[in-house]
Amino acid sequence: MHSDSQSPPPIIQVRDLTLGFGGTPLLEHLSFDIAPGEIFVILGGSGCGKSTLLKHMIGLYEPMAGEVVIGGEVFTGTEGQARRDILRRFGVMYQMGALFGSMTLLENVRLPLEEFTGLPDEAMDLVARLKLQLVGLAGFEQHMPAEISGGMQKRAAIARAMALDPDILFLDEPSAGLDPITSAELDQLILRLSRILGITFVVVTHELPSIFTIADRVIMLDKETRGILAQGDPAHLRDHSEHPWVRRFFNREATEAS
Amino acid sequence: MGVHRRSLILSSLAIWSDMFNGLPWSPCVPVEKKTSVNEGGAQLKASIGPAGECILVLAGRLDAYTVGPLWPRAGRMLQDHADTPVRVDLAAVDYCDGAGVALLLDLLRQTRAPGAEVTLVNVPTKVAQLLEPFDASALASPSRTRRPPGLGRRLGDGVHDLGRDLYNHVVFVGEAAAALAHGLAHPSRVRWKDALRIAQEAGVNALPIVALIAFLMGVILAFQSAVAMKQFGAEIFVANLVALSLFRELGPLMTAILLAGRSASAFAAEIGTMKVNEELNALTTMGLDPVRFLVVTRVMAAVIIAPLLTIFADLVGLMGGAMVMMTFDVPLVAFMNQVSHAVSPGDFLGGLFKATVFGLVIAGVGCLRGLETRTGASAVGISTTRAVVSAIILIVVLDGLFAVIFFHLGI
Repeated sequence: MHSDSQSPPPIIQVRDLTLGFGGTPLLEHLSFDIAPGEIFVILGGSGCGKSTLLKHMIGLYEPMAGEVVIGGEVFTGTEGQARRDILRRFGVMYQMGALFGSMTLLENVRLPLEEFTGLPDEAMDLVARLKLQLVGLAGFEQHMPAEISGGMQKRAAIARAMALDPDILFLDEPSAGLDPITSAELDQLILRLSRILGITFVVVTHELPSIFTIADRVIMLDKETRGILAQGDPAHLRDHSEHPWVRRFFNREATEAS
Repeated sequence: MGVHRRSLILSSLAIWSDMFNGLPWSPCVPVEKKTSVNEGGAQLKASIGPAGECILVLAGRLDAYTVGPLWPRAGRMLQDHADTPVRVDLAAVDYCDGAGVALLLDLLRQTRAPGAEVTLVNVPTKVAQLLEPFDASALASPSRTRRPPGLGRRLGDGVHDLGRDLYNHVVFVGEAAAALAHGLAHPSRVRWKDALRIAQEAGVNALPIVALIAFLMGVILAFQSAVAMKQFGAEIFVANLVALSLFRELGPLMTAILLAGRSASAFAAEIGTMKVNEELNALTTMGLDPVRFLVVTRVMAAVIIAPLLTIFADLVGLMGGAMVMMTFDVPLVAFMNQVSHAVSPGDFLGGLFKATVFGLVIAGVGCLRGLETRTGASAVGISTTRAVVSAIILIVVLDGLFAVIFFHLGI
């Protein structure tokens, strides 16, 4: 799934993006492309703005400068129906799942279908059940989010994000707060969805096993230079990056012996 | 008492040492874990050495419970020997924890005349390990505390925040009005199932408390006025007083205040928690407008239930009044007859109109405060409080306005 010179046009383009809060830039002049079908991982140390970058890419925050292009359409600053059309192209899984607590899992997955499609009631139920089955949650349709484990909540959130069959899934820290086995199962789910459905994944994480399992390509953000420190294949960066900090990150070494 | 205190100390030490297991230095030195805390304690002695230097001998356990009394004494001793070198002898220290280390570093960091430095001697290996990560010279200046901003800065920030709040409120009112208008124009797009659930929670479940308060109000109004009116033989006019007060003022007002306490807070807490849990972000990235999705359902539910609850409160309040009047030998029929003459449809409908507006404001403010929730555990609590306070203030102000308007309209 690596992009090569013959590859189709990128599905997401980040062009000269500067972002921050209160006039203070957190990251400056970021530019990168993501190819269709790619599993793209955003890395960086704590507090460098990984999740903030993701939230800018999905349009929750307005950047200070630059733009995000999704599927060839400029997303940043677009309003109205054009914006909703772009929103329809991607789904988001938030760090803690962000399932609606007053609804069952089935109702959570049904919600986008109810709001945006004219499917008959039974068809919506079936589609929602199929999505839950796809993430391994068959039989939990009538459970409330509070009644299932954290890993299951995240899978349900992926099912909800996939309700309208998006081309792109954004995942914010899928492994956060999960035990290694559950985390590995989530990785396998991501790989399976990528293989079967050809979904493009943009993942923010700093779980090393996850990165080596799923990532086609990573970018590593840097707090000091407020830019991209390195990008490429994670195994290659681990062994051959010219940046000592990048090699240390992938080899899980502390910055200084203390 | 002594045993209890020892076990408490030992268990807290165990936690402390567990926390730091695996670090290159160990924070506690259980040389003799079983030594009695009470007996051992910590000792401090000063003497003058052969070369005229001051020797401070620290001995025993240096822990959070024992160094407190030593601390000022050690400081005074250093001051008393300001011009001679001070050697702190630690040979007899058999236990040292974080507080003991702090005491030693406090002695080391004092500014001394040249040639009168403080040095540690006979430092046990374990204590040396504990001291190793720290640099006494870096502690010489007091830790920097953040200076509170000046008056000008705070005033500016306050005005800025006020302006931003006002702007947000205007934006919210506009968005909510647009979303409500859209909902009324396209009733099939409103999530009526959610609205009904909210109406049940805020309305049906509020019936007992509304009944209790309204009944008591009817009883109190009737009783207080009947005692006075009886002196003039005018008990029957108590019915006018009770009915008019309830229908025009107290029914809508008390219902609104109960609704603010029960439901404005609930709306703010629910929406605030959704915001903290990123559920609002999830709605936004699904292309759903949180105002349309969450606010419209709540406002519609409140607008429907507020007048219904008010009718209920009016009737229960009248029942309270009637009951009191019966004890004053006014028959129920006479009471009801008097009420029906006293109350015009305008009084009744005016009260209901007020209740409807109150419902709109209560739900709107509750949702607004919920949407304004910032991050952190205390944010939802703050939003809830602000929702109730704002709702009650708005209710009282609006009630005053209604009184003036109704007076001029002759209602």
